[in-house]
Amino acid sequence: MPDHRNTLDTFLADLARLLSLQDANTRTVLLGVAALGLAAGVVGCFATLRRRALLGDAIAHAALPGICAAFFLVGSRSFAAFMLGALVFGALAAATVAAIRAWTRVKEDAAIAIVIGSYFGLGVVWSSLIQNRPEGAVAGLDGFIFGKAASMVASDARSILIVAVIVVGIVLLLYKELKALTFDREFAQTQGWPTVALDLLVMALICACTVAGLPAVGVVLVVALLIIPGAAARCWTDRLGTMLLLAGLIGLSAAVMGAALSATLPSPTGSASRGWPTGPLIVLCAAAAFMLSAIFAPGRGLISRLRAGRVEMKAP
Amino acid sequence: MKAGPDQSVVSVAARNAAPSSARADAAVAVEVHDVTVAYHRKPVLWDVDICIPAERLVAIVGPNGAGKSTLLKAILGLVPVASGTVSIFGRPLREVRKLVGYVPQRESVDWDFPIDALGVVLMGSYGRLGWFRWPGRTEHARAIECLSRVGMADFAARQIGQLSGGQQQRVFLARALMQDARLYLMDEPFAGVDAATEQAIVEVLRQLRSVGKTVVTVHHDLQSVEAYFDHVVLMNTRLIAAGPMNEVFTNANLQRTYGGRLTLLDEAAEAVKRAAP
Repeated sequence: MPDHRNTLDTFLADLARLLSLQDANTRTVLLGVAALGLAAGVVGCFATLRRRALLGDAIAHAALPGICAAFFLVGSRSFAAFMLGALVFGALAAATVAAIRAWTRVKEDAAIAIVIGSYFGLGVVWSSLIQNRPEGAVAGLDGFIFGKAASMVASDARSILIVAVIVVGIVLLLYKELKALTFDREFAQTQGWPTVALDLLVMALICACTVAGLPAVGVVLVVALLIIPGAAARCWTDRLGTMLLLAGLIGLSAAVMGAALSATLPSPTGSASRGWPTGPLIVLCAAAAFMLSAIFAPGRGLISRLRAGRVEMKAP
Repeated sequence: MKAGPDQSVVSVAARNAAPSSARADAAVAVEVHDVTVAYHRKPVLWDVDICIPAERLVAIVGPNGAGKSTLLKAILGLVPVASGTVSIFGRPLREVRKLVGYVPQRESVDWDFPIDALGVVLMGSYGRLGWFRWPGRTEHARAIECLSRVGMADFAARQIGQLSGGQQQRVFLARALMQDARLYLMDEPFAGVDAATEQAIVEVLRQLRSVGKTVVTVHHDLQSVEAYFDHVVLMNTRLIAAGPMNEVFTNANLQRTYGGRLTLLDEAAEAVKRAAP
C-alpha cells in the first residue's frame, strides 16, 4: 500500500514542520487560536456560571450585523470599529430579549431563539450586501460566518493576542468582584459596587472574544469556545480559580489541537486547496474534552457519580 | 423547643441586661423616615417611620407579604425607594456601607457555584480590601476564626451546596461577622434551620450585642420573639408599632398586625399568654 504510506509520511512531515513552528503562517495561526482559546475559555466561565450561555450565543450572533454596520460606517476592516459594532449590537440583542420577555408572553428560551435567528439573518443579509459592493472584498466578511483560520494574517493574530491579554488581565484584576457578583448579586450591591457596569463589562469581554474569534472560528461556532471549556472545567473542580485556569488551558489546547489537525490531516478531497475546516475541528476538540470530563472526572463525572449511587438515570 | 423554662430566664436576663429606660439616650442605629416602596405600583411599604436604637437585638415581625424583607432591602439600598429617606448612624448609606453587614435569604444565592465555605466567608473581607486587592493570609486566618465562631470550621473546604440548610445559614452568618460591621441586617436567619443552628445563631447574636453591635432580624416565629430579641418592630405594609419588647409586644398590637388571620392570631395570643405571667 505505497499510497497510504505516502500519506502517512506527508502527515508526519507536516506535523514535524508544524511543531517546529518554522513556517511563519502556521506560527501566526497557532498563536492566534491559542490566545483565543485561552481568553474565551476564561471569560466563558462567567457566562456559564450565570446561566447566561444562551444569551452569550445571542450576543455572539448579533456580532455579525454589528460588524456589518461598522463596515458601512467606517468602510474598512478596522478591529476597533468591528468591536464597537459588535458591542452595540450585542447590547441591542440582550435588550431585545429583555423586551420580548417584558412585553409579550413569550418565555426566555423562545425569546433568545427569536433573537439569535433574527440578528443572524440580518447579519447574513447585510454581509451579502457588502460583498456585492466593489470595496466589499476588503471586509473579508465571507469568512466570518464559519471562520477561516488558515487565512488569518499576522495583524489578526496580533489583535487576538492583545484582546486575550486585556481580557485575562481584567478578569484577574476584578477576580473577587466578578466572583461575588456571580455568586451573590445582592451582596455585591450591598458593597456599593456598580453591578450594572460590571454586568456590561462581562458582556464587553464576551463581545471582545467573539470579535477576536470571528476570523478563526466564525460567528456560529465562537460561542462553543466560550461555553464548552468552562463546562468541562467545572467537572474537575469546586473552586472558581481552578475552574478559570482549567477552562483557559482546555480552550487553549483544543484550539491548538484543532488548528494543528486541520493543517496536517490529509485533505479529504485530495486537493490541497480544500483542507479541513479549522473552526469546526477546534470546537470538536473542545467537545471531546468536555465528553471526557463529564464522564471521567472524579467527583462530578458520570462514572464516579454512578459508583457513589448519586445519579438516577432520568429519561431525557 | 422554644418555650422551655431556661429560655424565659434568658429572656428576662436579656431585658435586665438592656433595660429600655437606661439606654433611652443611646445612639440611633437606623432611622427610616416616611419610606414608601412599591413594586409595579402596588405599595409594599407605606409611609414607614422607624427609629431603631443601637446595641439592641431587633426583630421585625409581621405576616407574610408585610414588607419585612423589603424594609431590610430599603435600608440596604437594594430596592428603589419611592419616597422617604434612610440614615444609618445618622449618615446616608453610601458613607457607612462598611459598617453594615447583611445575611440574605437563602433563596437569593446560586448554591451550585464553585465556592467553598471559606471562600464565602472571605467575601466578607472584600468591602474593606477595596478594588483589585486579593484577600491574604490575615484575611484567611480571620475567616477561619469567623467559621469557628459559628461552629463551622470543620467544613471550611466543603462546597457550599453540599452543606445542610442550617450549615449554609451559619456560613453566611460567618461572612457577616467577617465584615466586622456595626449594624447587621438578617433576613430570616432562623428559617428552616435545625435546633443546633438556631442555638448557635442566638449565641452569636448575643455576643454581637455584648460588644455593642446592632442586629436587625426579620423573624416570623412569634413564639421565640421574646426570648431572642429585646426590641421589636411590628409591621404590615404600614408600621403598626415599634419599641422595647415589653412595651410593644402586646396582644392588642399583634391583633392589629395580623388582623383577620385567625390561625396566626391564635398563635399570637398564645405567645402573649405565655409571656404574660
